[in-house]
Amino acid sequence: MKKLASTLPNMIISLGCITVIAGALLGWMYSITKEPIALQAEAQQQAAIAEVAPAFNNNPESDKWETTIDGNTFTVYPAYDNDKLVGAAVKGSSMNGFAGEIVVMCGFEADGTVKDYRVLQQAETPGLGTKMEMWFRDPAGARSVIGKNPDKTSFQVSKDAGGEIDGITAATISSRAFLETMRNAFEAYREYEKTQAEKK
Amino acid sequence: MKKYWNILYNGIIPGNPVFVLLLGMCATLGTTSSAHNGMMMGIATAAVLICSNVVISMAKSVVPDKVRIPAFIVIIASFVTMLQLAVNAWLPSLNASLGIFIPLIVVNCVLLGRAEAFASKNGIFASFLDGFGTGLGFTIALILLGGVREILGTGKIFGAEIFPEDYGMLLFILAPGAFIALGYLIAIVNKIRKTC
Amino acid sequence: MLTYISIIITAIFINNIVFSQFLGICPFLGVSKKTSSALGMGAAVTFVIMIATVVAWLLQMYVLNPLGLQFLQTIVFILVIAFLVQLLEIIMKKTVPSLYQALGVFLPLITTNCAVLGVAILVIQKGFNLMEAVTYGFATSLGFTLALWIFAGIREQLELMPLPRAMKGVPIALICAGILAMAFMGFSGIKIQ
Repeated sequence: MKKLASTLPNMIISLGCITVIAGALLGWMYSITKEPIALQAEAQQQAAIAEVAPAFNNNPESDKWETTIDGNTFTVYPAYDNDKLVGAAVKGSSMNGFAGEIVVMCGFEADGTVKDYRVLQQAETPGLGTKMEMWFRDPAGARSVIGKNPDKTSFQVSKDAGGEIDGITAATISSRAFLETMRNAFEAYREYEKTQAEKK
Repeated sequence: MKKYWNILYNGIIPGNPVFVLLLGMCATLGTTSSAHNGMMMGIATAAVLICSNVVISMAKSVVPDKVRIPAFIVIIASFVTMLQLAVNAWLPSLNASLGIFIPLIVVNCVLLGRAEAFASKNGIFASFLDGFGTGLGFTIALILLGGVREILGTGKIFGAEIFPEDYGMLLFILAPGAFIALGYLIAIVNKIRKTC
Repeated sequence: MLTYISIIITAIFINNIVFSQFLGICPFLGVSKKTSSALGMGAAVTFVIMIATVVAWLLQMYVLNPLGLQFLQTIVFILVIAFLVQLLEIIMKKTVPSLYQALGVFLPLITTNCAVLGVAILVIQKGFNLMEAVTYGFATSLGFTLALWIFAGIREQLELMPLPRAMKGVPIALICAGILAMAFMGFSGIKIQ
């Protein structure tokens, strides 16, 4: 086949056709991926709640409750087992990390003991601050926060006065931000408990 | 047969996009903090490259010369957008680790370079092979760089521990290590090519 | 006011586009052999990034978002950039030929400079308003120019160094860039509040 000559109508027609075909293809692709994308976002959140909170049989998503601590929004997803509050998953964030925002889903038992946590978002230094997902569940030394209650244990880096949690080696700023998020999430959970007690 | 083999082989070693042609450096440096990330980026780029090469080769006779670059860009950008949607829908974890470098495949010079230098002049099957070879060469280069950085930085390769992490040189996971590791890899490839 | 200062310092030093975000590496390696051409490239990139950021931001806010077509972002932005670069080339040729003489050779390279598309996308991701977007675009291009200029100075000296044959050119340049990136790492973690 010979190449089309570069005349103005030819150029417009061929570019137009390519754009239309591309647009149609993209529209089709968008329509088939729209649902999975929406589901993914929701499923991730649901999975994180289910992983960190104690076993529940309510819908934490519809029972959620929001509060603001230090300018960051904390969302409490309460876990009820047959209408009895058994704990909660609290999604909270801190802007005091080494680079950008840290978002953590923290799970608490009814008395406020940390059950588990998931780091949902962070942009800390790779190989240092990024260790937080594994570090604070490591039983070595006083690293782990799991099974500890922020009421009884001081959730501060052990380098700082009174701190009882070992921060990540060479990533004290990231560790402080992580523990701050945990402390504030605990506060949010306590506040939620109080509002619920008042209701009753 | 020999001719097709040469097209395939050319993209992998003599015309390796990263080590020899020095194209697509941003993605190469930005996504190779581990061998796995490098491999995923390589596969994503290769997928777009193969598709765009085939379509450009099909469309070459209906695209007038003067508007060929915009036409190529539209084709490449469409495939990148489709890839973005697919990744969002079915592989959200990949989106988190590669981030902005997925849309930036559009401006990866390898794609436009192959479109201009090969696909716009050759048949469909040859263009497919060229895309496959170049994509494979790109992927190999990224795995190599990612692997070197991962071993030196964390003592692991594809997540499997080789030596304890405490002995790793953290620098290689960070930005400066990317430049330095790539510099040495290119020097080694230069040395090998000159002695062969 | 503080937001703007923070954006500027962050974009130039703390998150330098070349040394910590790995964008715009191709021109960084390609056009950094002489300090004069490095400054020319820097100026051309600054010019394009500023205009592209504004146009892309307006398109995103007033066309793509209201129509729910966010998924077309990549394709629309790259076309806008390609179109702008062409337009700039034509306008500069006709109106300011002296500037065209100086910057013209760099213009075609800019379409495939990922820094331009990268900034346009980052500005949307970070949720900046128009003023912040312009500030960010300007500061980022300053950071790019700074990186290019320092690097060109180093490479001019490197040319005169006796080196093993395999290390000549790009390999040694990349290693120097790594050392420079290390210097820029010293800025990381700084916060302006």
